[in-house]
Amino acid sequence: MITKRIIPCLDVRNGRVVKGVNFEGVQDVSDPVQLARHYSEEGADELVFYDITASFEGRQLFTDILRSVAEQIFIPLTVGGGINTVEDFDRVLKCGADKVSVNSGAIRNPDLIPAAALKYGSQCVVLSADVKRVDGVFHVFSHGGRIDTGMDALEWIHRGVELGAGEVVLNSIDTDGVKRGFDLEMLNAVTEIVDVPVIASGGAGNMQDFVTLFREAPGVDAGLAASIFHFGEVSISALKDTLAENGINVRRIG
Amino acid sequence: MIAIVDYGVGNLFSLCCSLKSLELDACVTAEPAVIRNADKVILPGVGAFGDAIDKLRETGLDQIVLEEAVSGKPLLGICLGMQLLFDKGYEFGEHEGLGLLRGSVVAMHGSIPEGLKIPQMGWNALIRKRPHPLLREVREGDCVYFVHSFYAADCEESLVATTEYGKELTAVVARENVMGCQFHPEKSGPVGLRILKAFAEMKL
Repeated sequence: MITKRIIPCLDVRNGRVVKGVNFEGVQDVSDPVQLARHYSEEGADELVFYDITASFEGRQLFTDILRSVAEQIFIPLTVGGGINTVEDFDRVLKCGADKVSVNSGAIRNPDLIPAAALKYGSQCVVLSADVKRVDGVFHVFSHGGRIDTGMDALEWIHRGVELGAGEVVLNSIDTDGVKRGFDLEMLNAVTEIVDVPVIASGGAGNMQDFVTLFREAPGVDAGLAASIFHFGEVSISALKDTLAENGINVRRIG
Repeated sequence: MIAIVDYGVGNLFSLCCSLKSLELDACVTAEPAVIRNADKVILPGVGAFGDAIDKLRETGLDQIVLEEAVSGKPLLGICLGMQLLFDKGYEFGEHEGLGLLRGSVVAMHGSIPEGLKIPQMGWNALIRKRPHPLLREVREGDCVYFVHSFYAADCEESLVATTEYGKELTAVVARENVMGCQFHPEKSGPVGLRILKAFAEMKL
């Protein structure tokens, strides 16, 4: 049976990973290539690179790094951040990305989703949504979660999948950074309405949170986190051991 | 030298890098002469069956691949490239494949239980059906990375390994020098690299 995926997310600014700490055997934790290799060796099932630079030079640096990661690390790579056009897809796919996630770019121009899906296939187009409860309703936020679009999140995600997104990353702003577990209610609401893989993001604080995620939100395919992996609070290999002990099917390496 | 056949389908960057990381001599090419001179040939592919086989025929590379396969040169089809090796594909209509392997490529939709997501996207374990040198370094339970909505059916004579996704789906096939894998070895971590290495070192 297909395994549940564990995905570390690396924010890259000006060619460096933001928020890196020390790992045994990794000399420079803000070097995206070294950190990517470390995660891959630990058993990460996929890597997400999020480009948080705005400048042209920063973009150039980002694609150089992406190429260098893709030359050395042979697991699926997803790239997000600043994807507004089909040309942006082209730019990162040429450098070794397998999937590209769209967020604000698709909110501004939903036609980006079918245009990219037609050219590269749905499996390549990931809809990333930052969602927060507003008066008890799930709203989509844009611009890194800063601006309330007023759009109903479930409607938007459903539409995005209809338009051709082959996967959804659901980031709950309500649980993000709180480290008290994933937003199970929000995740279950989304897995109810779409039939593509859903990746949970926001809220992981410890290993048990992942066990709870896969048990209580069985429609979720993968768990994504950044800081708990970067700060060494949770190692991916130990996390996989724990998940396996709890009867959750994961890929083991070694 | 391993020739990766470039017929305008899919991204060959990772495949090329994965072979280079194994210190194998590989090149992405659309040149018949380069394919003819290669020791081994890889037929990649991402997208839809009909589009891909049309492109392969438009470039005339279908004939080169067929000639090389018939001459006994080791050929590895990857993902859609594996599917093209079969007699027929039923993605958006009926299409003739290369006919190097018996069987047809059919939709998972309607063939696997309701509720399972299509495409199958992610890591799944290989289930070996018979020994084969391609899997010589693969252990029971090793996972590889799949992204597919169609699968090869009625291919018992070439079946080497399957994967369980509501039912057993074809994962690895081989008949003499013609081989294929449904998953992406170039995205399957160390296990995938071991499979590519086994192909590169295979003596036929």
